Amino acid sequence: MRTVEAAPTVGAPRRVVPRHSKWRVRPRRLLFRVSMYLVLLALSAFILLPAGWMLNAALKPDLEPVFTPNPQWWPTHFWHWENFGRVLTGTGVNEPFPFLRYTINTTVIVVGNILGILISCSLVGFAFARLRFRGSKVLFYVLIVTMLIPWQALMVPQFLMFFKFGWYGSYLPLIVPSFGGLAFFIFLIRQYMRTIPRDLDDAARVDGLNTWQIFWRIILPLSTPVLTVCAVFTFLWNWNNLLGPLLYLDNQDKFTVAIGLASLVHRSDTPWNLMMAANLLSIVPPIVVYFFAQKKLIGGIASVGLKG
Amino acid sequence: MAEIVLGGVTKVFRDGTKAVNSVDLEIPDGKLVVLVGPSGCGKTTVLRMVAGLEDITEGGIWIGDRLVNDRSPGERDVAMVFQNYALYPHMTVYQNMALSLKIHKVKREEMDRRVREAARILRLEELLGKRPRELSGGQRQRVAMGRAIVRQPQAFLMDEPLSNLDAKLRVEMRAEILRIQKDLQATTIYVTHDQTEAMTLGDRVAVMNRGILQQVDSPQTLYRRPANLFVAGFIGSPAMNMVEATLTAANGELFAEFGSHRLRVPETVVAEQPGLQRAVGRPLVLGIRPEDMEDASVVPGQPAQGRMSAIVDLREDMGAEAYLHFTVDAPPVVTEDTRDLASDRGTEVLEALEEQASIRSTPFIARVTPESRVREAEKVELSVDTRKLHFFDIETGEAIDGTRRTAAVDAAGLYSA
Repeated sequence: MRTVEAAPTVGAPRRVVPRHSKWRVRPRRLLFRVSMYLVLLALSAFILLPAGWMLNAALKPDLEPVFTPNPQWWPTHFWHWENFGRVLTGTGVNEPFPFLRYTINTTVIVVGNILGILISCSLVGFAFARLRFRGSKVLFYVLIVTMLIPWQALMVPQFLMFFKFGWYGSYLPLIVPSFGGLAFFIFLIRQYMRTIPRDLDDAARVDGLNTWQIFWRIILPLSTPVLTVCAVFTFLWNWNNLLGPLLYLDNQDKFTVAIGLASLVHRSDTPWNLMMAANLLSIVPPIVVYFFAQKKLIGGIASVGLKG
Repeated sequence: MAEIVLGGVTKVFRDGTKAVNSVDLEIPDGKLVVLVGPSGCGKTTVLRMVAGLEDITEGGIWIGDRLVNDRSPGERDVAMVFQNYALYPHMTVYQNMALSLKIHKVKREEMDRRVREAARILRLEELLGKRPRELSGGQRQRVAMGRAIVRQPQAFLMDEPLSNLDAKLRVEMRAEILRIQKDLQATTIYVTHDQTEAMTLGDRVAVMNRGILQQVDSPQTLYRRPANLFVAGFIGSPAMNMVEATLTAANGELFAEFGSHRLRVPETVVAEQPGLQRAVGRPLVLGIRPEDMEDASVVPGQPAQGRMSAIVDLREDMGAEAYLHFTVDAPPVVTEDTRDLASDRGTEVLEALEEQASIRSTPFIARVTPESRVREAEKVELSVDTRKLHFFDIETGEAIDGTRRTAAVDAAGLYSA
């Protein structure tokens, strides 16, 4: 047994592999690489243009025209960084604009939805992936079919229903449905869980775990990549969601960031500089989330077979 | 530890396939029984039924006097080692081994003690903090063993635990498993398709084919007295040579004739196997193990009746022995058993068998001493140890020896010995 650790190294005779420096490549490959990077740089600059334009607009003083005949893509003249502070504190806007309040409200909705989605979809996905029960296939197809129904078609009946519940004006209609699961995420989670070897279930069963323990201790921890994907998507959708909150929320104290931003736009005298500053601020949380979830997310999207 | 008894255990899958057909088997307390057979013979299904991972269609399974048919795997108190180890990837080695104890609410100190004890036995102490993906195949295998050991279960169930290891490591782990099994006096069912593993590990070896238990015996008895064609062909490497032959009687002596060859059957054999007298004149199957033939020029002194001459097609030198391949001008045995054996080795082998049948020629292998000078395309005189000839009924495939040694007989009789 002593030799067990040593055994795997016995194999092909060792060859000394010459180590090339990263930069010492053949000229043709170098040319290819340089042109590749140039193309990528051009593409990223192109994608960043609107953001640059927004930043430029956000840094302008009040009443300075924003929509100039020749678009100014990058900030050059004005550097009114205090505009961001004005947005955060809500000063200098003609109407009350509690941006921090909106952010907190949105966070409440987002967190509620993520919780709801993770709990409901992982349970249902597990059931479809692992439990054998009569009609499971039919149920699964029904679930898939519901993905074809656009939300807009459900909007009115759902509104009437929640109105009758007395939930109008509260966050409940925006959070509770997520606890009922979402077909798309259930599908993703089920597909992912199916790739987890069944031998693990068997081993766990022999070890004395019941179905719930198998879910909680084995399958769920192994599903973190797909759960991350679901959580991040839920975050993005709810962060950006305008129509839902617009339908159900009537009190400005409960507004979300998306409504807040939209409410800044008027027929005339829209404070474009503050509007753009607020917009830029509102995309910070998604960027932060992406930054932290990036590694899990890329692995997750790749293993889930899903393209962003 | 406890004994395990299977009584008339049958498994019919939803699609109607009968994977296991009325298996009677007894695993005495502290013994290791190997279930061996070609892939798809139902051996793994038997094991999974004992573990509780498959429902039992008919029959009963007892673990230590307790009928466990309706018990969940967790309640059966058995531990299983899986072919691909099935370690929990997100847990450390320690956590992998401790999980079942945690579930069974074993006290923390006791749990820690048992895990460390198992780690010591398996030399895993250094690895307790690692995750399975950081381990080599052999180490993973040991962790899987450890997970079973810490449980201190009624029985161990092992499903081809060594098949994912390379050949050298397999030999080491085989010895390791045997050592642990003996140390712990653990009742063990060990499933494998590798007959070497079966022969070296088992106190008793149970050979299965098509869901039916063919024979349960000690490795030596399986080898010396195979109950039927399937066992005869499955146990032994190279496999037993089998050919269609006819028994003839002349001057009060029996001869086995096949093609141009004729071997005298010694009186001792006839006396031991009275069924042979009744088989005279009928076609039957003659089996000769490769190791029961020898180059007559090297080992002289055999009477002419125990000789056959052949042209060597191929000579393989193995160092300690040499294999001589040659062809016999008699039809090969084509029955359900021999077809199963051939298809287990590959579809080409099955096709070859059918072709040989059509030209009535049977390939033979003789395992001779390397001192034999015979070369390819040369004629060789082989002396056959006729005391070790095997005879089988060509219709039923059963051994013709008067005492039908079926699985049922074994289960009832042999363990009491």
